[in-house]
Amino acid sequence: MKLSLRAVDIFKSYNGDQVLQGCSWSFDESGIYVLTGPNGSGKSTFLRICALLEESDKGTISYFENGAGVNKDIELMRRITLVLPRAGLFNTSVQRNVSYGLRIRGISGKEAAERTDKALDFVGLTHKKGQNSLTLSSGESQRVAIARALVIEPEVLFLDEPTASIDEKNTLIIEDIVRKLKQSGRTAVVMTTHDRAQAERLADRIMVMEKGRIA
Amino acid sequence: MSALTEAFGKAISLVLHLDRELLGIIALSLKVSGTALVFATLIGLPVSALLGFRKFPLRSLVISILNTFMGLPPVVVGLFVYLLLSRSGPLGFMSLLYTPSAMIIAQTILAFPIVASMSHAAIMGVDPVIGTAARTLGATPFQVTLTVLNEARYGIMAAVIAGLGRVMAEVGAILIVGGNIAGFTRVMTTTIALETDKGNFELALALGIILLLISLVINGLLHIVQRMGMKGAGR
Repeated sequence: MKLSLRAVDIFKSYNGDQVLQGCSWSFDESGIYVLTGPNGSGKSTFLRICALLEESDKGTISYFENGAGVNKDIELMRRITLVLPRAGLFNTSVQRNVSYGLRIRGISGKEAAERTDKALDFVGLTHKKGQNSLTLSSGESQRVAIARALVIEPEVLFLDEPTASIDEKNTLIIEDIVRKLKQSGRTAVVMTTHDRAQAERLADRIMVMEKGRIA
Repeated sequence: MSALTEAFGKAISLVLHLDRELLGIIALSLKVSGTALVFATLIGLPVSALLGFRKFPLRSLVISILNTFMGLPPVVVGLFVYLLLSRSGPLGFMSLLYTPSAMIIAQTILAFPIVASMSHAAIMGVDPVIGTAARTLGATPFQVTLTVLNEARYGIMAAVIAGLGRVMAEVGAILIVGGNIAGFTRVMTTTIALETDKGNFELALALGIILLLISLVINGLLHIVQRMGMKGAGR
């Protein structure tokens, strides 16, 4: 993992409602970083801003590589990724969902097939490969969304409440996936969860958010 | 009653024997309507995408106009195209009046609002999380657009099929701008109108049967497309 992130004094409001009030945070090495806190504390907004999906009103998000700043362009966007709380799977097979990130990068053929199979194997859904993704359970959908993110081999993987609306069995599977990612040492995982116990089970570092501030 | 039965019998015989005149009329109908549909789709799909993905002033007005134009009376379109293409009209120098090209223009105008408006509705029906998910995976804005269009594909296909249904059954506009010239601009619907006027019910009925069959095929396709969409959505 080469990318590091620094968020400095991030402010964000929606329609006059101040959601983030000066959040600062950074990481320099791969590991599992968990943002926890009650619903509405601003975790997801902060995560989306860190993942460059949204602009902050004030403050800066900077990515660094070997000490030098990295331009916030499409190339950087392709080195990081975020898995949304609702999987947002496409109306096609599981296999085509997972290979999406490869297709848009012009990767096809044997390499794409192998990487897709590997990602599906990583989340334990190889047997669902040919199935339409919209027929999967919520937990399986979330695992496919994680495979779809992993297939592009991101250096930073943001997971926004990945287990918020799924059953216990799939929650444990996803926690295992996160631990396996840590072991691989290639990807930094930044996740949000409102479940404090889960944060403590998984995190190398926990940030607690309350009322738009990191405590 | 016996005259009607006799006319039906002769009509079916014409259909079964694939009468040459009949085949020519059917071929021209399909060519004119098919070409018009291609043009309507080529214009309508980008317009629907523009309306679906971009916010701009008067966007709501454009959507309302498109929705209103879905019910455009064909004779009004015929009259408009006639005035446009007539010798004294702004495009009179092109000498397109009473040619298949004029009929294609009229049918394109009729099909375009249907294709654009229904495709726009299909695009708006796609869950916004799809576009966001594509962005998180590194898609460029153009790739995000293509991804959302792909998600709306069944709705867009239904829009195109509905556009085809509209132009295949249309008579008013093409009668005005095509002139119903035998062997040149005579299509199924205009022939039915003409032959009924002449009391030649056999050919009119034969064409009516074929038109119904084509309509059945179009509706069948629409049904299949809708089923595919529902199956994909796990319903």
